[in-house]
Amino acid sequence: MRMTFRGVSIAAMGVLLMSVPLAAHHGAAALDTGKEVTLKGTVTEWIWSNPHCFLQFDAKDNTGTMRNWAVETQNPTAMTQRGWSRTSFKAGDAVTVTLEPVKNGQPIGRILSVILANGEKLIAANATTPP
Amino acid sequence: MRHHVVVFTLAATAVFASMLASAQMKPWNNAGLEGASAGPSGPAPRRDLSGTWDAGTGGIQPTGHVAAPFTALGQQMASANKPGNGSRIVSVTDDNDPLSTMGDPTGFPRIIMYELRPFQIVQTPNQVLILYMFEKRWRVIWTDGRPLPSNPDPRWYGYSVGRWADDSTLVVQSVGTDDRTWLDNAGNPHSNSLRVEERYHRVNQGTMELTVTLDDPLVYTKSWMALDKLAIRLMPNGTDLMEMIPSASEAAAYRRVIASQAKTK
Repeated sequence: MRMTFRGVSIAAMGVLLMSVPLAAHHGAAALDTGKEVTLKGTVTEWIWSNPHCFLQFDAKDNTGTMRNWAVETQNPTAMTQRGWSRTSFKAGDAVTVTLEPVKNGQPIGRILSVILANGEKLIAANATTPP
Repeated sequence: MRHHVVVFTLAATAVFASMLASAQMKPWNNAGLEGASAGPSGPAPRRDLSGTWDAGTGGIQPTGHVAAPFTALGQQMASANKPGNGSRIVSVTDDNDPLSTMGDPTGFPRIIMYELRPFQIVQTPNQVLILYMFEKRWRVIWTDGRPLPSNPDPRWYGYSVGRWADDSTLVVQSVGTDDRTWLDNAGNPHSNSLRVEERYHRVNQGTMELTVTLDDPLVYTKSWMALDKLAIRLMPNGTDLMEMIPSASEAAAYRRVIASQAKTK
């Protein structure tokens, strides 16, 4: 059997995807699934709690209006396995947040990733841990 | 061809290395296993399930279970449950999951059907104790031969007795559950008459399998298997687990800040 680089890559991706959780405690019915928004802002609060952690930050939307966003992640157990912690953020931190917003236009959503002021990137999705 | 072999070898090495790395537990506050089994694969010890175990993503069942058909009462009960997952999913704003929106106890059997996070088993001469990371709850499974209660007051975690079917299989029967709890994240209901059988089969030193069968004729037209040989892996000796407690105040904060503003209509 001839194994190609592409074949190896597809197989490896398959192994990884098998362990990706499909949904969380609350499902994704309110989210505009597939839409991504990236915002630069300032952390106002980081809540490390069950069933979901959530980050609140001030950022301007595309009209220039400042809004306070509240965006969730999975629970602390799952986020710990992804390298996040209770001290990942503090009020005043500059962050660049890529998120999946809700459909209704409110400043709410689910975090996909966050880039910290020092350039470190925290990934919220595509981990191998339970929701 | 040589290039392909090199690529494959590198990929395999990376996967193996990540498995080894993930098997290293910190002295405190571990969330669970991430890679391959950390435990040895020798023969199963006789009538012994003690240790700390992790079913990984298999213990969460993110979209809920496909249950047996409902009875009329079951359909009525299911209609009142507004879940965040599964075939009857609603918007997060309308979710009425008693666990994640109100901080009610997970209860049994949901603790094994949706929230089977890492857990520790302790055996005494007349009990098997299961200590769950989720909620930091425990169950007592009596192995002293006592019968199950015939007309029990409902309890969040029911009443359980166990017996060894053979030297590597513990069979647990439970009754007396509380119908305020759901079976899973998909809002599947149950009555207080639910009977649950759990079969813990230790395959070898590092692995056991859990099979769960539910019988609730008030709600389902036939008994059904909720878990079929779910693989559960032994964690290293001395693993200290995180707390994973869904408190009422945290559930309320989530609803106030996130859920209440996410309505789709």
